[in-house]
Amino acid sequence: MKILTANRLTDGIAVWYADGGWAETVDHADLAHDKAAEDRLEAIGAKAYAANEVVDVNLIDADVVNGVVEPVRLREKIRAAGPTIRSDLGKQAAKQATWAA
Amino acid sequence: MYRYDEFDHDFVQARVAEFSDQVQRRLAGEITEDQFRPLRLMNGVYLQLHAYMLRIAVPYGTLNGKQLRMLGHIARKYDKGYGHFTTRQNIQFNWPALSDIPAILADLASVEMHAIQTSGNCIRNVTADHFAGAAADEVADPRPYAEILRQWSSVHPEFSFLPRKFKIAVTGAERDRAAIQTHDIGLHLKKNAAGELGFAVYIGGGQGRTPMVARKIRDFLPEADLLSYCTAILRVYNLYGRRDNKYKARIKILVHETGVEEITRQVEAEWQELKNAELKLPEADIRAIEAYFAPPALTERPEGDQAVKLARLDSKGFSEWLDQNVVTHRHPDYAAVTISLKGIGEVPGDASDSQMEAVADIAETYAFDELRVSHEQNLILPHVARADLKAVYDALVGIGLATANSNLISDIIACPGLDYCALATARSIPIAQEISRRFASLERQREIGELKLKISGCINACGHHHVGHIGILGVEKKGSELYQVTLGGSADENTSVGEIIGRGFSSEEITDAIEQIVETYLGLRLDPQEKFIDAYRRVGPAPFKEALYAGETKAA
Repeated sequence: MKILTANRLTDGIAVWYADGGWAETVDHADLAHDKAAEDRLEAIGAKAYAANEVVDVNLIDADVVNGVVEPVRLREKIRAAGPTIRSDLGKQAAKQATWAA
Repeated sequence: MYRYDEFDHDFVQARVAEFSDQVQRRLAGEITEDQFRPLRLMNGVYLQLHAYMLRIAVPYGTLNGKQLRMLGHIARKYDKGYGHFTTRQNIQFNWPALSDIPAILADLASVEMHAIQTSGNCIRNVTADHFAGAAADEVADPRPYAEILRQWSSVHPEFSFLPRKFKIAVTGAERDRAAIQTHDIGLHLKKNAAGELGFAVYIGGGQGRTPMVARKIRDFLPEADLLSYCTAILRVYNLYGRRDNKYKARIKILVHETGVEEITRQVEAEWQELKNAELKLPEADIRAIEAYFAPPALTERPEGDQAVKLARLDSKGFSEWLDQNVVTHRHPDYAAVTISLKGIGEVPGDASDSQMEAVADIAETYAFDELRVSHEQNLILPHVARADLKAVYDALVGIGLATANSNLISDIIACPGLDYCALATARSIPIAQEISRRFASLERQREIGELKLKISGCINACGHHHVGHIGILGVEKKGSELYQVTLGGSADENTSVGEIIGRGFSSEEITDAIEQIVETYLGLRLDPQEKFIDAYRRVGPAPFKEALYAGETKAA
């Protein structure tokens, strides 16, 4: 399965395409199960790039684990979570704050 | 230190205005990413895994308190409260928003700093011995020449689009602390028999996927010829350096493929055309730049000896720090201090906003407002009266920066690796942290002695693994991180490239492997004075291979 990811132009923050927009977490990214769906995501990415919303657009491999989307490669896992050495930074920090609350 | 003149101020302000306009046009969608990318790179703005990254130049690693305080301010206001000091003596911030970068550059310009030429295929920040101006063993301060090179190379019209990036380093001492032989041009400032200053010139050193030790092409270049000779080298490189393959585009490949005799001949021929023209440095100009680097007025402080003696008796921690992190100064009442950014289990090279501000205070109070960034990712106070060392130590203890591990196994160079870097193939920092924790005992580290361990998270070798006594290279293999070990590298006056010792190790195995290597060394060294690198050069890889892999051979 594939998902669409990029970095937001204004602040460079990693984002994933989900439900018609760019989400700041990977959890509910739109999944492409076949070539047609991949093409659709790719076209969305190209359009968003051309519209100067995002940069560094990529289709990446993903699985669904415990009901949420998870990238396959370590590089993408780290992008989706934040630096492994600073759990207070990146997406993982917000999640921790949510749990704490 | 160097102070901007009117031209420098105008130049930097003009660049801030120009790039701010480019950022605004990019954010407004008036220019595309393809158009903008080379512009942002020329201004130190990269895109990494999590966000943009801004790399700020610290020319030849020299800073004052005001500048370091500004870096702390930027960390707090625009970033996430910390910065990362790099092997090019620069600093990078990992989280700035593109929309904030014009404001950051304006703040930097207010303290005579910028991010120009910290990326791109141009001449990068010129690095120098971090003890320059203080070292007891130097013939002269190399920084005036680094500054001359900086002025010459900044937006140099001929050398702004080279085949690949270009790095120059200068040392003023026989003992090379600036790793000049790993640079595109390495300059060793020395005196000839007549007592005149000049340079031994090395070219074609570099790391990356094809590590090479630089070759000396001139034993003595008079100081007046510095720019004409460097221009000749750059011209030959710019003309013949490969542009068809970025992995073969550095000058080291040109030197290797052309042969050192032939390239020397080409450089010398080009130089004949240039040497007596406008690039010849007037004596008065050199001395004028030199005046900016005049050492601070070091008053006699003979009470230092007694003060240090007493403080040693009082504090074991101070005594150990003194032995490890304090080096001889050319003035007997003074010392140069290494502030380790390698606390046990910490991220090598990282400093928090409040640490930066506190170090700025210490520099202003006790160190004539002078600071350096070392290429080994530490901070340096080059001039501290021995009488003030205990006060400096106490202040550093207060901010968690008094780790007494300079040049020991936990004083690790590590690139940001896969935790931040878009090019990385494996993580570097967690490996550095685990090794640091494994060897946390200072007693054990001192028993091991000088050992330079360097870690890169990809073949580009930003973590200098090729020239680590022990080098670790992280790669991705079958979806997992794998760490290759090299032994016998060195980046001093006897530069050598380490040899791969055998199959790589998983992230779970690598720290054990490093410990095994260290134990093997301890078992075979002739005496505690024989350093790791010397022992390795004496015995070669065999005992280390045996220790690491013998079981496997037998099992097979």
